[in-house]
Amino acid sequence: MSSRTVLGTSDIDRAVTRIAHEILEANHGVADLVILGIPTRGVVLAKRIFDVIAKHEDISESQSLGQLDITMYRDDLGQNPTRSVGKTNIPGGTLDNKVVVLVDDVLFSGRTSRAALDAINDFGRPKAVRLAVLIDRGHRELPIRADFVGKNLPTSREETIRVHLTESDSDNEVVIEG
Amino acid sequence: MKNLISAADLTRSQAIDILDIAVEMSGVNDREIKKLPTLRGKTVVNLFFEDSTRTRISFEVAAKRLSADVINFAAKGSSVSKGESLKDTAQTLEAMGADAVVIRHPSSGAAHALANRGWIQAAVINAGDGTHEHPTQALLDAYTLRDRMHSSALGQGLDALRVAIVGDIAHSRVARSNLHLLKTLGAKVFLVGPATLLPSALVAMADGYSYSLDAAIEEFDLDAVMMLRVQLERMSASFFPSEREYARIWGLNGDRLDRLKPGSFILHPGPMNRGLEIDARSADSGKSLVLAQVANGVSVRMATLYKLLAGGSTNE
Repeated sequence: MSSRTVLGTSDIDRAVTRIAHEILEANHGVADLVILGIPTRGVVLAKRIFDVIAKHEDISESQSLGQLDITMYRDDLGQNPTRSVGKTNIPGGTLDNKVVVLVDDVLFSGRTSRAALDAINDFGRPKAVRLAVLIDRGHRELPIRADFVGKNLPTSREETIRVHLTESDSDNEVVIEG
Repeated sequence: MKNLISAADLTRSQAIDILDIAVEMSGVNDREIKKLPTLRGKTVVNLFFEDSTRTRISFEVAAKRLSADVINFAAKGSSVSKGESLKDTAQTLEAMGADAVVIRHPSSGAAHALANRGWIQAAVINAGDGTHEHPTQALLDAYTLRDRMHSSALGQGLDALRVAIVGDIAHSRVARSNLHLLKTLGAKVFLVGPATLLPSALVAMADGYSYSLDAAIEEFDLDAVMMLRVQLERMSASFFPSEREYARIWGLNGDRLDRLKPGSFILHPGPMNRGLEIDARSADSGKSLVLAQVANGVSVRMATLYKLLAGGSTNE
């Protein structure tokens, strides 16, 4: 099995910084902004994006940064062994009239994003929902696209993409295996 | 995990996993929309051959919060009163599409028989079989204690917690399940009750025993006291002289409540016989976790249903 590194620490940092600025630009500031990470690595990325935004704007972590576990909303629960459940934390308890930015590491089939949209439904009616991903690897199975993309990475279905971030792994890198 | 028959079957990591899932499930109760789509299209049958309020309703709420369809079956008023056997009843329910059967039965071993004799494919959850086991009660007791013991409970056991189970140990499925699970999670368990109601097999598993509640409070440095209901309906002989004497020697009253150490807790699986095993002051005191137990029951049963039903065929 071959593996090659496609993004290193500085590449990931630049992508996160650019996504953070794109979010601010699209939203015209931080009004009503809520950044939700999808466990596990989406939560890490959401925190990094939030930290970049917090350097430039007046934004409170308790009101604008959260996480959304989508295990209970997956459409493939019945086809896999029981998954463990992650933590959900919605800042302020409701998403009514918020601009929600979902953050995940890799966008692939789009099924995780679909599950996240269902989950969001149960927490209120946001003004808008956006999707930010570090890697878009194609092969969508649902009509879903990302609003903010760190890097488009054409892959074959047989390949595996691993995202390592120091908060949860030993290093910062994106690797293609296969 | 396909079935949950006995708390003794659970490994430490399985038990902690269920408790951790229950923590996340408890968050659902605080939401505006108290429902998850996880078990949509699954059918859960509550098969109750014995009276029950909280366990049946708790399982029903848990299944509905996960979007499963629930069928409540009470033996009274059904074909069971015409003499239908457990096997035929269960097979009938499965023919109608049940994915899980929650069974409560007056005979010890009924849930085990249902799960292991090849009668049905559905997952079986024991909700109390005779004087044998009641594993989800033990899980919710463990959840309640763990929640109070640690500020951040995820991944934790009940290591070094000192718990006394007091009363009618012999007839109590709650005591048996709790003894197994508390030991698995690392707690020290002490059994307290009249000599006639303390079976030697269970005493051998415990970390200590006493025939007197006063002595137990004195000696065992207890963090929690679990009072059991005196199950008059299961007693075929005179195990203690009179109810008044039971209340005097083994009942939790205001005087004993004051001698429990600060920060300790009182649990009771319900329904309480106020004035017999527990007096009103103890039951309503700040140490009492009785209502927390009921609330946590829903989260723990959601976690159990999730563990047993959400996974696919590759499940162990």
